[in-house]
Amino acid sequence: MALIFEFCQRIQEQPSSIALRESVYMYPLVESVHVLSLCVFLGLVGMMDLRLAGIGNSDMPVSHLQRQLFPWQMVGLVLMVGSGVLLFYAEPLRFYGNVFFRAKFVMMGLAVINAAVFHFGSYKNVAAWDFERVPPRAVRFAGVCSLVLWVGIVFAGRLIAYNWFK
Amino acid sequence: MLLPFFQWCETSSLGSAIRDSVWLFPVVEAVHLVALALIGGAVLMVDLRLLGCTLRRESATQVARNAQPWLVGSLTVLLVSGVFLFSSEALKCYYNPPFWAKMTALFLAIVYTFTIRRRVLENTDRFTQGRLQVVAAVSLILWSSVGVAGRFIGFY
Repeated sequence: MALIFEFCQRIQEQPSSIALRESVYMYPLVESVHVLSLCVFLGLVGMMDLRLAGIGNSDMPVSHLQRQLFPWQMVGLVLMVGSGVLLFYAEPLRFYGNVFFRAKFVMMGLAVINAAVFHFGSYKNVAAWDFERVPPRAVRFAGVCSLVLWVGIVFAGRLIAYNWFK
Repeated sequence: MLLPFFQWCETSSLGSAIRDSVWLFPVVEAVHLVALALIGGAVLMVDLRLLGCTLRRESATQVARNAQPWLVGSLTVLLVSGVFLFSSEALKCYYNPPFWAKMTALFLAIVYTFTIRRRVLENTDRFTQGRLQVVAAVSLILWSSVGVAGRFIGFY
């Protein structure tokens, strides 16, 4: 942990980090990109999750929807991670000790694990349930888990700005 | 002219309740953001289809039919949570140019989505591919203006 803290300190002292932190337009602009890419990435992941959960987009085959939305989800992901890294880079020490920031990372880890388990598990035999309006229980579970985790991530992300536990 | 109304909102019991609570404003803000993500998905899926960028095997009409409940649902949550947020800082909003920009863009986006865009989506075969792309582009510009202006309320 001490190592990560020192790393954050090192970044915080960088001239480029200071410049971004103190910029009048750049910082708000990067935050706006982060919010807009939230719509692209999370919005389209959400559309997929609703399909998996059996509550939305029900008349489109799962594998087809997945293949069609995937490239756009990735566009959103790149923008989201890129702008997120910049926001962190601007003031790492503010985030380092923030309990909501840490919670956000734990939940993002869980969301990745959930996606991987689904992708290498139930999704392998998608052909068997591709057209079912309400997919099998394990698939619905993965969809609901993803939705719940991402809602949690958005909450934690928003709450980073309100650090009640210093 | 509208100032008395904003003052009334600010002093309403809803406004003061949110101001008096430490966690209510942030939580409503987070709800607002979750609904924003969802409306983003519902709008984008349809507009990308109109642009010819995704789901070309399905008709735009079919994609729009699938997205419709999520569009209406998330917009409802956005409007309700937005009124909550607004009432707690109505006077700040009154003197905040990004707020007025957002309200203008929001009004145009809602009217456009539920009139022109809806009509076009019901009869896509009557329009050329180029026209459909323009319809989608206008929608994307309007809705992203709402999002960006909203973010700037907090910066101004």
